[in-house]
Amino acid sequence: MVKPVLVFGYGNLSRGDDALGPLVLEYLEAECKLDQIDLLCDFQLQIEHALDLVGRELIIFVDASVACKASFHFNVLTPIQDLSYTTHAMSPNALLAVYQSIKAVPPPPSFLLSIQAEKFELGDDLSAKAQANLLEACVFAAQRLEEPSLPLWLDHVC
Amino acid sequence: MYEHLETAQNPTNLKRVVVEPVSRVEGHGKVTLLLDEDNKVQQARLHIVEFRGFERFIQGRPYWELPTLVQRLCGICPVSHHLAAAKAIDQLVGIDPHNLPVAAEKLRRLLHFGQVFQSHALHFFHLSSPDLLFGFESDISKRSIIAVIGAYPDLAVQGVKMRKYGQEVIRMISGKRVHGTSAVPGGMNKALTKAERDYLLQDIEQMIEWSVASVALIKKVHCSNLPFYDDFGTIRTNYLGLTKADGALELYHGGLRAKNAEGETLIDHVDYCQYNDYIHEEVRSWTYMKFPYLLSLGKENGWYRVGPLARVNNCDFINTPLAEAARVDFKAHTQETMVHSTLAFHWARLIETLHCAEGIKDLLNDPDILSHDLVATGEKRYEGVGVIEAPRGTLFHHYQVDENDIVTKANLIVSTTSNNQAMNESVRQVANEYLSGQELTEPLLNNLEVAIRAYDPCLSCATHAIGKMPLQLELVDANGQLIDQLVKHGNGEIERNFHG
Repeated sequence: MVKPVLVFGYGNLSRGDDALGPLVLEYLEAECKLDQIDLLCDFQLQIEHALDLVGRELIIFVDASVACKASFHFNVLTPIQDLSYTTHAMSPNALLAVYQSIKAVPPPPSFLLSIQAEKFELGDDLSAKAQANLLEACVFAAQRLEEPSLPLWLDHVC
Repeated sequence: MYEHLETAQNPTNLKRVVVEPVSRVEGHGKVTLLLDEDNKVQQARLHIVEFRGFERFIQGRPYWELPTLVQRLCGICPVSHHLAAAKAIDQLVGIDPHNLPVAAEKLRRLLHFGQVFQSHALHFFHLSSPDLLFGFESDISKRSIIAVIGAYPDLAVQGVKMRKYGQEVIRMISGKRVHGTSAVPGGMNKALTKAERDYLLQDIEQMIEWSVASVALIKKVHCSNLPFYDDFGTIRTNYLGLTKADGALELYHGGLRAKNAEGETLIDHVDYCQYNDYIHEEVRSWTYMKFPYLLSLGKENGWYRVGPLARVNNCDFINTPLAEAARVDFKAHTQETMVHSTLAFHWARLIETLHCAEGIKDLLNDPDILSHDLVATGEKRYEGVGVIEAPRGTLFHHYQVDENDIVTKANLIVSTTSNNQAMNESVRQVANEYLSGQELTEPLLNNLEVAIRAYDPCLSCATHAIGKMPLQLELVDANGQLIDQLVKHGNGEIERNFHG
């Protein structure tokens, strides 16, 4: 039986700010009750991850983002059949579209927590800006997971 | 060949077209074409812009960290780096390959089969099948995996499940799908349980069946337009890879073999620890990537290709029956001793996928795979070399350590580096044959990407970032002024900005 809530953080711990997704998971593992929550970590989204979404009631994807203007951003995801099929840049929207295609039903309600990032060199540490953003995003994620409810999460979309 | 297009004679008088990055390959790549006033290609280069820093990342670390650390070099084939490092580190603890416990070697082979199986499945079903099934110059909206799912629903689901199965092999052995630590100095750290073995056996017949079907599909696609497939991006090259002592296809451990374009053996059964005596790397000013070559043939003629096409070309046979039958069929489709078609990489890749599925089945049914005799110990050494056939080709890890077990020197030759010259040659061939004298259009430029994707290059290992992956084409005049720009965004939308 899968747990109803999935938090999927992705990125490479050894590539500077790319580590933000996995680091949020580390925080949640230490700070949250995980009875109803699965944490999943990977380098990047891949098409087989559509199978990890099966049976969930709520999903949060967590990723570093150079496009994020604020410290972090929390938004609703919808399936979009985009053409961004690089193996390194598959979007969560596209993953939801794959889910919909292979399961023939809409995907579970899904959100993206994107965290502002700037450095991605191999061997880099987190940038100072990403470090500050990480803390804010972790607190935000932990608060949402205390009350895993679609209406409540929708109230916090920013 | 097309070496004359590597460097133009009067580049300052040429227009520059930049294709950045190459989409649907791992990471960032850039193709630059310098055109003259008649849009004739005068110079073509593939730049790999983020492929650096591996050695710096490794030096100064204790050697026992490496099998875990090096997995972060690549998010697509972390297991290959893990195993190449483990083989090198075996030597640092005094264990040569023949002294590795039998069960440890078989578990590593099983792990490696799982990795190659899932990587090859990902490449074919999710990167290349849109091009192959819909045509290279088809409408861009058709050239995505979503389109494949729509048009070939069974095929797409098979691809997802094959990829998932390979990941499950890795997870059963490593404990995790990614970042697992199964290989340790001198062996493995965990036995496979009977329950894990039985779990993997449940689906292996299905994996073999789908692999057989995928080989049949690629043969049909390739042979349906044989003159085109045998010509597109095709170059006549040397080939390098590992083979078993009896000449069979080998992915985990063997001797180095190289053949020339005519199929004549250049080197054979070479102990890879001596690779420095046979292979050197050339540095060129315009790229971070090195250019390896066979020392005996020199820089001009010694470059070679690695990967599925090289392995299937180089081996005498494959030791699993269905893949061997597919190999014989593959070789018979051409009148030549060696298959040189760049697009035949796809066919060879799927033959290897089938071999991996058969190999997984054989190993799961081998009683040794459940043994707990997993680690051997020996006397410390100060240098180790590990070589493995990664999904994209031969992967070299070479380390030296000091008396405190700290890595003082590291040298990695990854398969994309070995294929560097060949990819450049294929880009030039395609540019020369298909782009010269024509207006630049997205389908034409996709031809360049198709040629590069056939090699399955890893251009920037294991990084990604939302908002960093547009495909950008720029036309710059001799004065450096941007006069035309074509941007393909992540959602496939094309934006054109005229500056002229």
